[in-house]
Formats: sequence, structure tokens, C-alpha cells
Amino acid sequence: MYLGEVIGTCVATTKVDGLEGIRLLVVQPMNRHWKPVGNSQIAADSVQAGPGDRVYLVGSNEAARALENSFVPVDAAIVGHVDAVDLIDDKERP
Amino acid sequence: MILADVVGTVTATIKHPVYQGRSLMVLQPIDEKGKDLGDEILAVDTVQAGVGDRVLALREGNGVGQVLGTGRVAIRTIIIGVVDEVEHA
Repeated sequence: MYLGEVIGTCVATTKVDGLEGIRLLVVQPMNRHWKPVGNSQIAADSVQAGPGDRVYLVGSNEAARALENSFVPVDAAIVGHVDAVDLIDDKERP
Repeated sequence: MILADVVGTVTATIKHPVYQGRSLMVLQPIDEKGKDLGDEILAVDTVQAGVGDRVLALREGNGVGQVLGTGRVAIRTIIIGVVDEVEHA
């Protein structure tokens, strides 16, 4: 799983059957300091997230498991709204 | 599986039901010498690991489902051990 920020929405009228009714959002993956990591992506939403929200996502096959019908063709899903990320100092690491 | 250091925790009130009651940790993947490898990942804890621990993490949904006893769910990465020591040549 990984952190991200919702930066937009995506509408696709013509799509494969399995994707009907699934909310698609544009997400920028983030590191633990909330700096962008890599490229933005499209993710299915399972927690009513919207633009500006800080979220966490699950990828791969497990993304589909977040949705009601788990045989859907998605490879990323938003599964939580992040309230806070608490970090330790690097000096406290083993 | 990978080695990682637990460097933080994530607090989330609104989340998918499968994450309810589970601790979500921020892991920094490392190599056998303790050097950071790539970007952090999030993992659900199954072994009462804490921040500052060096751990073993599993990143495969089928194994996750077996460990959690839930079958396959929307969790892909879990902590499956606290590492005492890594020896390398």
C-alpha cells in the first residue's frame, strides 16, 4: 500500500462492463513527507475521496478486492483517508 | 519478502472496512546491510511490531489472506516478523 493525494477526477463514458459505477480519481503517489513520488495514476475509489484529500491506496489484484464486485479490471484503489502520518527521527532507526 | 524499518504510523478514521482495527505502519525498505532501498510502503501489522523495529514484510495478497485468515482482501502488504539479526557474507 502507499500514500497519495487526490488531484482530480476522471470520467469515462465508454468503458468495459466491469467498470460501471466505479468512481475514478486522479492520484499523485506521495512519500511519507508528502512529496510527490513518480507519476500520477488513475485509481478506483472505495471511501468517497475527492480532490485535495490525502489518502492511501492498495495496488495490484488487491485493488479489486476493495470494491463490491471483486472481479473488476482495476489496478489501484483508494482504501483510506489519511488523518496523520507520525514519523520517527532517522536517528531513532535501528 | 523484504526487510524494512518501521519509520512511522498512519492514522485514518475513514477507511475500507477490512482496515478497521488494524495498525497501518510506514515501512522504509532496506537491504541486508540496513541501507535504504527505494520508496516507503505502507503495511498492516500482524506481529505487534512498533515504530523503530526492523521487520520482515510480505507483499503478496494470497499469503496476506492466509495470515489474516480472511481470504484475499484489499490488503497487499503485511508485517510478518520482527527481525533480531541479519547476517550477510
